[in-house]
Amino acid sequence: MADNRTYAHPYIPNTVPEVRDAMLKEIGLTSMDQLHDAIPDSLKLNREMNLPPAMNEYELRRHIDGLLAKNKHGADYLNFLGAGCWQHFIPAVCDEINQRSEFVTAYAGEPYEDHGRFQALFEYQSLLAELVDMDVVNVPTFDWAQAASTAIRMAGRMTGRKTALLPRSVDPDKVAIIRNYCTPVMDIQYIEIDPATGRMDLQDLRGKLNDDVAAVYFENPGYLGIIEDQGAEISALVHGVNGVSIVGVDPISLGVLDPPGRYGADIICGDLQPLGMHMNYGGGQAGFIATRDEEKYVMEYPSRLFGIVPTEVEGEYGFGDVAYERTSFALREKGKESVGTQTALWGITAGVYLSLLGPAGMQEVGSTIIQKSHYAAKRLSDIPGVSLRFEGAFFKEFVVDFNNTGLTVAEINGRLMEQGIFGGKNLSAAYPAWGECALYCVTEIHTQSDLDRLAAALRSIVANHPDRS
Amino acid sequence: MKRIIRNHKVRQFHQAKWDEPVIFELHQTGERGVIPPGTEDAVAAEVGSMESLIPASMQRSTAPALPEIGQAKVLRHYLRLSQETLGSDMNVEIGQGTCTMKYIPRINEMLIRNPRMTELHPLQDIDSVQGMLEVFHNLDLAMREISGMDAFSFQPSSGTQALLAMASIVRAYHDSRGEGARRDEIITTIFSHPSQAATAAVKGYKIITLHPDEDGFPDLEKLKNAVSERTAGFVVANPEDTGIYNHRIREFTDVVHAAGGVCYYDQANANGLLGITRAKEAGFDMCFFNLHKTFAAPHMCGGPATGALGVTEELKPFLPGPLVDLDADGRYVLTEQGEGSIGKVRSFHGVAQTVLRSYAWIMSLGAEGLKDVAQVAVLNNNYLYHKILQIRGASAPYIKGRRLEQVRYSWKQLTDETGVTTEDITRRMCDFGLHYWTSHHPYIVPQPFTLEPTESYSKEDLDEYIQALEHISHEAYTYPEIVKSAPHSSTVHRNDESSLDDPQQWCITWRAYLKKTQPELQEQK
Repeated sequence: MADNRTYAHPYIPNTVPEVRDAMLKEIGLTSMDQLHDAIPDSLKLNREMNLPPAMNEYELRRHIDGLLAKNKHGADYLNFLGAGCWQHFIPAVCDEINQRSEFVTAYAGEPYEDHGRFQALFEYQSLLAELVDMDVVNVPTFDWAQAASTAIRMAGRMTGRKTALLPRSVDPDKVAIIRNYCTPVMDIQYIEIDPATGRMDLQDLRGKLNDDVAAVYFENPGYLGIIEDQGAEISALVHGVNGVSIVGVDPISLGVLDPPGRYGADIICGDLQPLGMHMNYGGGQAGFIATRDEEKYVMEYPSRLFGIVPTEVEGEYGFGDVAYERTSFALREKGKESVGTQTALWGITAGVYLSLLGPAGMQEVGSTIIQKSHYAAKRLSDIPGVSLRFEGAFFKEFVVDFNNTGLTVAEINGRLMEQGIFGGKNLSAAYPAWGECALYCVTEIHTQSDLDRLAAALRSIVANHPDRS
Repeated sequence: MKRIIRNHKVRQFHQAKWDEPVIFELHQTGERGVIPPGTEDAVAAEVGSMESLIPASMQRSTAPALPEIGQAKVLRHYLRLSQETLGSDMNVEIGQGTCTMKYIPRINEMLIRNPRMTELHPLQDIDSVQGMLEVFHNLDLAMREISGMDAFSFQPSSGTQALLAMASIVRAYHDSRGEGARRDEIITTIFSHPSQAATAAVKGYKIITLHPDEDGFPDLEKLKNAVSERTAGFVVANPEDTGIYNHRIREFTDVVHAAGGVCYYDQANANGLLGITRAKEAGFDMCFFNLHKTFAAPHMCGGPATGALGVTEELKPFLPGPLVDLDADGRYVLTEQGEGSIGKVRSFHGVAQTVLRSYAWIMSLGAEGLKDVAQVAVLNNNYLYHKILQIRGASAPYIKGRRLEQVRYSWKQLTDETGVTTEDITRRMCDFGLHYWTSHHPYIVPQPFTLEPTESYSKEDLDEYIQALEHISHEAYTYPEIVKSAPHSSTVHRNDESSLDDPQQWCITWRAYLKKTQPELQEQK
């Protein structure tokens, strides 16, 4: 420690020299350097690290605010990006609860000192269970991709099989995560999609189903926004080879879309971010997994599962870990996959969101989204040269085809940015066969005038382009 | 008035007890918590009803059975639950060893609530997020200096996910050299976090677990016997969860490298090492830091978080992508990784708020402050260690002498002499407003407890914790029943846990609880 320090660091009370010296004396030392005697000199850095000088709180605030001021954000820009992270309405109470000091700084407390944390997460599990219509929900995992990966590994263990099938319409980034997580234990193969509708090609599915297929994974709505209405048939086909039907869902659609259990899903997964989490540059993601309350499913979860129990005093609710012995906390490499810090606070927040919205709110928000997205799609496809890539039903996202405008998506998005609009995600790199297409996301936050503004901007960009065919 | 005498040695505490119902019991038909944005009439007129836009077979026929609750009641309920939660802000949280529960600076919590952080979409054009990318890049540079590694990814969103990413990189590296099939073993130690072994197993590896020598060090001879042409990797923490620093670590990494394995470093226990010693000099090829531990981001009830993953230049091509770089024009860019990369482990760029918090924390300390952190963390720990060993019934197995930032202790003597176990003490500590944790499983140290005081607590804070443990030891020897029957001042009393492992009885949701405990309600439906 520097001898010339004139004041204690606010975060380190025992930098007070008198206190430091008294503590050193108590343990029989005379200098701070002796504390690290266990580390050989050959491993010591023996120089000061080359880092920027320390700032006080005010300097830090100016510095960080200055950096963040370089960002343009979705509250002062009109944002149509989705593709796995979506801008939705966030009730103020969600922020109030997830900014509570107790929840922000809690971690691994016991069911007694952290009764509130256990109850809030049990309630989250219970509320989401009603939305997805299943009896078991986990303490949330990292994101949708991780939830899908674990669902596939659960199916692999349950069936003793090594192959999982998923449609080519799944987000390529999500597939990259699934592939990495499943390699080398399981093999991930694509099922083709119908080029006109974007739905699963059932003919191709039939050809790929066999006795090594552990699971078929599909989404509703899918990455490209499409509502897959062949769910019952897909589930029946995979059940026909004794495989597991896994469905990924956007939970904000479930006030209006049928929960997947009704069309045969055995495991449901998805992302909680739409249920009260700010986008946070992708930091709002949280994955959930839900199943029926059957031992063969429950015992395959790697996650914590909080359960309600009596206490020794009548009238008290207690909470604890269900089937803890399945986890890697208990069994290390012999546990189910691995568990640790994931996204618990977003689970609590999603519980607050569902408590606030209630059944009517979930139905209303789903209706609003689907009406507004269709309004936008209609306005956009009225523009000469602009069309929808797929026919058929969609929820909040849709693929816009710009091939006949003579402009690239990159060019269009650049012009939109000049007008304060973030255009849809450019799909041309991920799906080169489709040429210049973009994935637009419209939610309940967009007003009619926002959507009209987007359409007018696009119309003008396309119309003013001399090469338009 | 009379003088108020305050001479009690332990805090006279009672946890909040609101006797709060489960949220479904707050239901009142028709109440509303919030009204979401609606559809303009003109929009509805143009596109038609929701029902007309969804195929009939895909429409939800019955509304989800969520409760209907007014807004104030929802707020009050969750505020009460928060009060029934003992966050680290509320207590001297030195009882959660291995987790580095340090002070969470309020300025950092304010900074992350800036809409220029919260409202950023991860796919925005990079020119619209230059400030965010600069934060990522600056933290990368700081982490490189702290560790000696050459590149960092902040995509892994916990220590466990960083370990999974590292095991994935080990596999990709050996695959790239055509040795992937042959190298099928990863070596770890028993005093390391369970996720080290568990994540390597997720990646298909056979796990070899080394037990310590009699002084508590990882056993170099056992390592020499364990390595072979099948060795893919070696993963270890240093210090391990005992707080014992393995001074021969360079010999360990040399042995593994000689056998062709990759050495990866779990730096969850890095708080006593900042500015003192680094992964690079110890011979590691990769390491990760928990930003939510060492770098002062909060634990958030268990995430979201970040496991900052650093690698040497040789392993950089295997990192998950994209990576943040600074181009020649001074512009921050996202660079996609090539074919050799493991791909991705988490969507987008990880938990950006945590990246911002930890960058802010480093900027508030500088090089000198980070070294202060390491030194005071070790000072606090050795002060605590010195005092704990004076408590009747407590001991610290293995080598005598100094430890780094934490110690795994034992109550074996106390249990043998009084019958009071470390789990009993867990519950009793709640009665004094303090958190206390035992250890990961299996319990190699009998009747374990693991304390890590960090740099954040004052001498008086440490003394309060010590006095509580002394008090409980005294109770155990004089009136053990009060410890065994604890908690007495908590929100609730001891759980009846008999249902938690029984599929017929466990209740993971409220609807399962109603079905299993009140089947008559279901029949009425």
